[in-house]
Amino acid sequence: MKARGAWFRRIVLGVALVYFLVPLASLADFSVRFPLTGKVDLVAWQALFGGGESDKLSLLREGLTNSLIMAVMAIVISLGLLLPTMVLVRLRLPRMSKVVEFVCLLPLTIPAVVLVVGLAPVYLVISTKILDSNTIWLAFAYVILCLPYVYRALDSGLRAIDLKTLSETARSFGASWPTVLLRVLVPNLRSALVSSVFVTLAVVLGEFTFARMLARTNLQTALFEINLSDGQIAAAVSLLVLGGTVLLMVALDLLVALQERRIRPSTRSDVS
Amino acid sequence: MTATTTAGRDAVSASRPVPPGMVNALGTVPFFAYTAVFLVLPTILVVVGAFTARNGGFTLNGFTQVLSPRTVTIFGTSLWISLLTALVGAIAGGVIAYALSLSPAGSLGRRVFTALMSVTAQFGGVMLAFAFIATIGINGLVTRMLSAFPSLTPDPGFLSSLGGVAVVYCYFQIPLMVIVFLPAVEGLRPQWREATENLGGTTWTYWTRVAGPILLPSLLGSFLLLFANAFSAFATAAALISQQSVIVPLEIESALRNENDLGMDAYAQALAFGMIVVVALVMGAYAALMKRAARWAP
Repeated sequence: MKARGAWFRRIVLGVALVYFLVPLASLADFSVRFPLTGKVDLVAWQALFGGGESDKLSLLREGLTNSLIMAVMAIVISLGLLLPTMVLVRLRLPRMSKVVEFVCLLPLTIPAVVLVVGLAPVYLVISTKILDSNTIWLAFAYVILCLPYVYRALDSGLRAIDLKTLSETARSFGASWPTVLLRVLVPNLRSALVSSVFVTLAVVLGEFTFARMLARTNLQTALFEINLSDGQIAAAVSLLVLGGTVLLMVALDLLVALQERRIRPSTRSDVS
Repeated sequence: MTATTTAGRDAVSASRPVPPGMVNALGTVPFFAYTAVFLVLPTILVVVGAFTARNGGFTLNGFTQVLSPRTVTIFGTSLWISLLTALVGAIAGGVIAYALSLSPAGSLGRRVFTALMSVTAQFGGVMLAFAFIATIGINGLVTRMLSAFPSLTPDPGFLSSLGGVAVVYCYFQIPLMVIVFLPAVEGLRPQWREATENLGGTTWTYWTRVAGPILLPSLLGSFLLLFANAFSAFATAAALISQQSVIVPLEIESALRNENDLGMDAYAQALAFGMIVVVALVMGAYAALMKRAARWAP
């Protein structure tokens, strides 16, 4: 009985692992194989890292730069907006917590393709009247896409600490609210903040719908364009981004696991 | 520093004409203002826009077009492909989640596998399409490996067909199922199985009379979540299918692009409105099922 269960488990997980890793392996293979002859060549990788210059590469660089800037903006805005609000709501306005939760989880139920139809007129105003048509302002909308994930990460982080005691103690020692936030709460929420940062990074680097429909250039739309003329470079860059994300997430998971192990036996107390 | 902040606080508490509740509520203004502009306003614009003609008047033109045979077919295809990939994802993902729940809790292998699932569940996008082109496309790895067996070789045009899109969707549907269904199978207690056996029940009895009914609400709920996920997906299909709009998100893209054409008033918004209705129904049912599933949570 037990042995049969073990075999079932190994076979299922083994097959699943192969299924999930084969496309990644294929991507690697595709990036080093010249499509017509099937010979191995490193042209795509040399083009990427050889320091050469071409239209394709400058498009890619523009997309990547935009995506990275937007990732930083989205991280700063989403944490700057959510962390103080969630702390305030927990300490002073518990009745609002359901509303905040509802708003934060709302983007999960509104498809991005739907949201972008409504964002088009908003961005028309932003690009003509308030700011300009620079791609990076899309970061404002990306904050919305990341909201559910950042909310969940911060929510579980805040659940695990004794927020009331920490903030009241700091306040009675004369700390201002910014000090409480930055020097008392932030260090205690480290793993929640790290996971929000990683998730936001992954979402922004992978975003395609908004950029495509609003005709802006980010990493994904640049890849989309490049793939039409040079599949090898597109495959190489995709592999780097996907592989990087997998490593980032696995590392994050292990980090959180280690931290939990360190905290659990000693200081963690139940907060009611 | 301490002195200044204390002084600042005293100044605030000394001059407090408004009740503290108001001051606290003011602190949430940035959050609500931001989400109002970038989340609530766009949603309202979609709903209102679905009934607004270019000259600002009321119109049902968008909905008339949505109900045209062509668009109804597109909606049908979208529903059908979401249903199919949600079904495949729910079955395969359910089995994987169960297998995963049998492995030792907290082990490194289980952690890495779960992390891999949570990443691949988010893969849906342009890069995923490239990965499948590299796998079963014309020059794909698997295509070349199978070239010795002509009957097994995938058709080069397969990936840009609906079936191809469905296969690629499964790549992010299955891991999503694993993630959302894992807590439910983890909640199955070994004692229940032992109790079944002690009472003379077989494995079949256990699955059909004990575990099955307990898991059913979460299974259906996860299925609905997968359905909504596939229904909303855009990037993968956009990268695979370039010729025509076969599913709703692609049709929205072309409608948005042709918005200024004559007779296209409110069409994109009406399509988006249709998607909202479908997703809202599905998510409503999901919430109801999850409430029921919570009864068995440990």
